[in-house]
Amino acid sequence: MELFRIKNDIPFMSYGRLTTAISLITFILAVFFLASKGLNYGVDFTGGTVMEVNYPQSANIDSIRKAVDSIGLKDATVQNFGTSHDLLIRLPLKKEMSIAQLSETVTKALKEADSTAEVRRVESVGSQVGDELYESGGLALLLVCAGIMAYLAIRFEWRFAVAAIIANMHDVVIILGFFAFFQWEFNLTVLAAILAVLGYSVNESVVVFDRVRENFRKMRKASVVQVIDNAITRTMSRTVITHLMTQTMVGSMLLFGGEVLHNFALALTIGILFGIYSSVLVACPIAMWLGVNRANLIGDVEKKESDKKDANNATEAIS
Amino acid sequence: MNRYPTWKYILIAVVILIGLLYTIPNFFGESPAVQVSPAKTSLKADAALLSKVEATLKLANIPFNGIYLDASGVKVRFADTEAQIKAKDKLIANLGKDYTVALNLLSQTPNWLLGIGAKPMYLGLDLRGGVHFLLQVDMKAALDKSAESNVGDFRTALRREKVNYFGITREGQSVQVRFSDTKELESARKVLSKDYPDLTFNDSTDGKEFVLTASIGEAAKKKIQEFALKQNLQTLHNRINELGVAEPIVQQQGFDRIVVQLPGVQDTAKAKEILGRTATLEIRMVDEEKKDLATLEAAEKGQVPFGDEMYRDRDGNPILVKKNVVLTGDRITDAGPGVNNQTGGSIVNVTLDGRGAGIFKNVTRDNVGKRMAILLIEKGNTEVITAPVINEEIGGGRVQISGMDNTQEATDIALLLRAGALAAPMEIIEERTVGPSMGEENIKRGVHSTLWGFAAIAVMMMIYYMVFGGVSVLALGINLLLLVAILSMLQATLTLPGLAAIALALGMAIDANVLINERIREELRNGNTPQASIHAGYDKAFDTILDSNVTTLIAGLALFMFGTGPIKGFAVVHVLGILTSMFSAVLVSRAIVNVIYGYRRKITSLSIGQIFKA
Repeated sequence: MELFRIKNDIPFMSYGRLTTAISLITFILAVFFLASKGLNYGVDFTGGTVMEVNYPQSANIDSIRKAVDSIGLKDATVQNFGTSHDLLIRLPLKKEMSIAQLSETVTKALKEADSTAEVRRVESVGSQVGDELYESGGLALLLVCAGIMAYLAIRFEWRFAVAAIIANMHDVVIILGFFAFFQWEFNLTVLAAILAVLGYSVNESVVVFDRVRENFRKMRKASVVQVIDNAITRTMSRTVITHLMTQTMVGSMLLFGGEVLHNFALALTIGILFGIYSSVLVACPIAMWLGVNRANLIGDVEKKESDKKDANNATEAIS
Repeated sequence: MNRYPTWKYILIAVVILIGLLYTIPNFFGESPAVQVSPAKTSLKADAALLSKVEATLKLANIPFNGIYLDASGVKVRFADTEAQIKAKDKLIANLGKDYTVALNLLSQTPNWLLGIGAKPMYLGLDLRGGVHFLLQVDMKAALDKSAESNVGDFRTALRREKVNYFGITREGQSVQVRFSDTKELESARKVLSKDYPDLTFNDSTDGKEFVLTASIGEAAKKKIQEFALKQNLQTLHNRINELGVAEPIVQQQGFDRIVVQLPGVQDTAKAKEILGRTATLEIRMVDEEKKDLATLEAAEKGQVPFGDEMYRDRDGNPILVKKNVVLTGDRITDAGPGVNNQTGGSIVNVTLDGRGAGIFKNVTRDNVGKRMAILLIEKGNTEVITAPVINEEIGGGRVQISGMDNTQEATDIALLLRAGALAAPMEIIEERTVGPSMGEENIKRGVHSTLWGFAAIAVMMMIYYMVFGGVSVLALGINLLLLVAILSMLQATLTLPGLAAIALALGMAIDANVLINERIREELRNGNTPQASIHAGYDKAFDTILDSNVTTLIAGLALFMFGTGPIKGFAVVHVLGILTSMFSAVLVSRAIVNVIYGYRRKITSLSIGQIFKA
């Protein structure tokens, strides 16, 4: 089976204006929702308590809410998740109570209201911990960007490094935009997913850039645009198949992973979908506009190149 | 050209074999067990303990499946939980409080595998259930406390050297000593700076008085904080030993935090109570000159006389005690409940260490006829447990504390005192509890995600790339095997995000094989022979695979450096997964392809799916 039967190179670069326009619009929308709605941070960041409670029968939300209200926690949210037997209770931080006391008090109240209640998971985070997360999260993001840029600059060229990072940061902002728009909970695992996506999407750009470099050697008479178009077309099959495979795995996580992995898989899904698009159709035009060409990419390697060609011919002859 | 030298095949086979050996233990399951470990550092887990445990069980006729000794203590395996619980009760009764007896689950991995260090993966709390606490040590309180004890020590030192001073007070973390003239001040400075090289002394004038201010330098501050943390760690260790938890983790995190993980603990309230109890004991003198009713009433209204503090005794009566601390709980080496022979009331017997005993002797000698207050400080609440009159000098470091309500309270307080005092109060700033059923469910979720995802990928790869797809799937399977083997070998903590990372690693690792297969197709499309196409495909794809893995690795390392807890678990697996995928996707898949195609003389086509030729 083969999905991609492409005879001629697709002129991706001539769509440059269009793809850039699409990117800009999604990017601006994402920034707009981030600014207007903001992220719905989980307890990891804001501090507070989340409790997962299971009942052998369908949980009666009203009576449970009453039980929580009765101990003076009016700002608690009680909601179902997954099945009707499972409840998620969120409690903000309280000044007059330590987090240890808080979960203890609620557990007691729940047991009094219904002795069959089973508290299956408690996560309490104090404000000190949350504040540090912003800092270390931001630092991690910066470090990843710097590391990847440095590596690409050494392996390829600074123009590629800049183009790849812009394309991938654009993905990150769009993932965040989705989380802001739908007000999905942004927690630590989502942050991990975003950083993983960052590393993964760059792969995409690397594969295309690798091909661009190779093409500059092989296609001597071709223009820069032709070289890039050919590189994207030739790697397209691989791009789609790989992402399909990765997305299959992530989809399996979305299906079987439960509450804890749900948003993690969601962030990955958005990252993978936009990653295909941006790492190819955003990174390449940017690299082009930054002035990537044969000279600054492979430099003076005419001689080396012909050696390699000879070697290739030789291997073909043997087989 | 598509043949590996023999040593390469052998290398790959050996790696896979080792991978298999270290993966197997994960499939054996667990059996109920009891773990016996010494509760005191002075005791050792040795062969004597082993035979003692064995003898106890044999005497009680409790059947067991295996018994062995390791670094943490003696472990005994049982066939069922009934025998396990019976054995625990018997062992507690026989071994006494010197040993911790805890229920545990042990892997049923056969001994020969354990012998080569093959163990199942170490599951994190979200997979096995348990409690995780992050405690913050109040360092300001530690410094305050150290300054407070300096006040007392200065007083003693200056008296001993017969230096006249007006008064000694604590201002925040510095201590001020006031004098009437500079001569006294200078001699005091000489005495004190010799005894306390860590402190910096500055003088100033305040009206007619000359003030010598001792403050803690940065280096000394650091030392005090480090000491406070270390002492709190030790104390927590002791307290957890009393709880009887198998494989607890008590670790320092950063400079002022402590992580406590108690796997399998269900009763979080009890755990929190024991950990959170920042009870410390202080012995101070009652201010006998200020015990008249008027002063006490004024004190209740907030007018506490200078140098005193007001607390209440167990009946709620106010009592004024001096700020100066005679002794703290640090000096206690042992404590146990008891009964007073004369009154029949419950008491706690306390044994002090050498220095504590010396101080106690001096103080009791100098203060016969006066009252001594014993204060229990718990989470900001200070209570006078008892304030007995000193009848005579008490030497030998053995002290009886009366005033307990009942034996239960005597036992509780004794436990707290024996487990040691905290050098500084702590607060729980993060708590994560996972019930045991939740843990099992989480394992199921992670494993199902991985297996179903893997199955779907396998089907798609084989349909799309035929034999080469099959080779890729085999390589991916070996990748999974090696990843699990390395995780088992390193005994790195596997969490639910870690399981997700395994799934994701597989989903990303397939990229390398897709790259290779696409390259081979392209070579074929260009009209190359099958053998040359395989060769060139692997060759040309390698650079790309390397580049893309390095960038993923950078992201993984950053996660590892900045992540905490579950994120760190994710990062570890992520990074290891990239490394194993490099090996399996490139080397292993090539070896398989070599075996299939490399030794045939004539091949006209490769089974890599249909190829469209332009």
